Amino acid sequence: MKRITIEPVSRIEGHAKITIQLDDAGKVADTQFQVTQVRGFEKFTEGRPFYEMPGITSRICGICPISHQLASSKACDAIMSVRIPHTAQLLREIIHCGQIVQSHALSFFYLSAPDLLLGMDADPAVRNVVGVIEANPELARAGIELRKFGLLVIEGLAEERVHPSWIVPGGVKSPMTVQTRDRILAGIPQAMATTEKTLGIFKSTLDSFSEEIANFGSIPTMYAGLVDRAGNLQFYDGVVRFRSATGDIVHEGVSPERYSDYIGEATMRNSFMKAPFYKPLGYAQGSYRVGPLARLNVADALGTPRADAELQIFRQRFGRMAHSAFLYHYARLIEVLYALECLKILLLEPHVLDTHVRANAGVNALEGVGIVEAPRGTLIHHYKVDDNGAIVWANLIVSTGHNNRAIGDSVRQVSEHFIHGDHLEEGMLNRVSAVVRAYDPCLSCSTHAFGVPAVEISLVAPNGDLLDRLRSK
Amino acid sequence: MKKLKLATVWLDGCSGCHMSLLDIDTAIIALVRKVDIVYGPLVDAQEFPEEVDVTLVEGAVSTKEDVDKLQHIRQHTKLLVSLGDCAVTGNVSGLRNVVPVNKLLQRVYVEGADEGGCIPNQDLPQLAKFARPAQDFVKVDVCLPGCPPSSKIIAGFLNTAVEGRKPEANQKIKFG
Repeated sequence: MKRITIEPVSRIEGHAKITIQLDDAGKVADTQFQVTQVRGFEKFTEGRPFYEMPGITSRICGICPISHQLASSKACDAIMSVRIPHTAQLLREIIHCGQIVQSHALSFFYLSAPDLLLGMDADPAVRNVVGVIEANPELARAGIELRKFGLLVIEGLAEERVHPSWIVPGGVKSPMTVQTRDRILAGIPQAMATTEKTLGIFKSTLDSFSEEIANFGSIPTMYAGLVDRAGNLQFYDGVVRFRSATGDIVHEGVSPERYSDYIGEATMRNSFMKAPFYKPLGYAQGSYRVGPLARLNVADALGTPRADAELQIFRQRFGRMAHSAFLYHYARLIEVLYALECLKILLLEPHVLDTHVRANAGVNALEGVGIVEAPRGTLIHHYKVDDNGAIVWANLIVSTGHNNRAIGDSVRQVSEHFIHGDHLEEGMLNRVSAVVRAYDPCLSCSTHAFGVPAVEISLVAPNGDLLDRLRSK
Repeated sequence: MKKLKLATVWLDGCSGCHMSLLDIDTAIIALVRKVDIVYGPLVDAQEFPEEVDVTLVEGAVSTKEDVDKLQHIRQHTKLLVSLGDCAVTGNVSGLRNVVPVNKLLQRVYVEGADEGGCIPNQDLPQLAKFARPAQDFVKVDVCLPGCPPSSKIIAGFLNTAVEGRKPEANQKIKFG
């Protein structure tokens, strides 16, 4: 047996390690995907007032703090037993769209574009966002501007880009000004144009990635995501629908407060990331995926014209249920279109500028659950409090966690296809990392932890001798 | 002009400080004309280079691995910067310090599991008793507090570093 270790994996949001075991014939015998940090938010928040939770749990992740603040505030709304003002809900949805745009733009342009535009085998010294800026300055600038637009929405409403304190239990802190609305509206056409153009470029390169599409975690699994009553995709509110690999609806819609009847969590000895599973099918059969690809599979439609037109093209090419993890990139771009279209609709709602944006109440229920679709998938916050509103128990199931086992299976599939024999090439290792990147995993979120990426791969003989080692310069 | 060699590192933090660095938006295009990003989560370099001019450290120090990494970085960096409140004070990462590590792991992995129910310990770093700030372990040259520090502050600091000037002590900063 020989062992290859990739640690840590680069250009992902977190700290992970991949180990690949080769048998004597040089074929992949086993692979492991490990997440190597833990922070313990579930435990150390015990005793804190519930209304601090949006601010504290925001610090789980600097990339999608808004998603944590929303799920957290929704759990707090339930503890207060309030229905938040209509305008507050609109504003929360608006800021969430901004979050989806900025996070997806980060994933596509800053983290994965180096692989997609420069190539999986490009020189690792230039295979980064600076390389993209040099190779295609116009596209790089457009991508940076697209992320900036998403952040403009966040900053416009909440005054800060990272960890603002504007989303609060009961609603939001302040109404939207007419200037903010008009500034966001004015930016939408440019953001749409960038997204459409990028989608066009991405689609034109798909043929050159046919080997990756076929072998990048092209595994039939169940999928989960939020939908509304009509079965359309929802980012902010709805019920969790589960759909099978063949497209059958396994559960039409789990309401947030009943999530624990359907979603179980498994602990693994070799990773700090837990693995959720669909309880009715048990751990062995209950693996499912979440996130952009899962959402496109789960929903009947998106519900906005441009995004639905692209969804139709996507389904014509890859079928009603698309399974390749490579297509997460594609799904992400379609979702940006959807988020931009939603943004426009929401900003033109008649009551969007109203000033009643916060409901006030104390503790009226001892338990609350909040679920949203974060950029990377279904995010669940669940709290229990005492009569004084102090947290006595908290549970967080975050987006990337749901994909834990699927990422592991995808690493195995890519390794089996691209790694042979006892000679290593950098491009092999980058493809193994790239499949992890396709999921855009936020390991910071998933273990409520964060770490430092880099890559090393080593081939070790059965007797422990180092046969080959590969590091980028 | 010789380009400034910049490294960035994530320890026990949320990446928000790195996001704030990216929040300089298109100014990054001008920045990379004067600065080489030689190591960090945004690039594929695998080994910390021998000589780095400036290293930005985000996050608290939470494991033995973090300590080793930080000491290695210190040896190979001219100007070491604690970027953000977790690196400067421990901040939210340090909220766990009131809970014994075994109780924390027990809650998350044993009580919080429907299957498995074991504390992960196979081939993984061990959590240290406390999450601590960087200056508890190495000499820190500059502290940029904030949760996160604003992109303006980060850009302002990088500009002084590029010009070889000392960072100004009177710039507006805030914790939290």
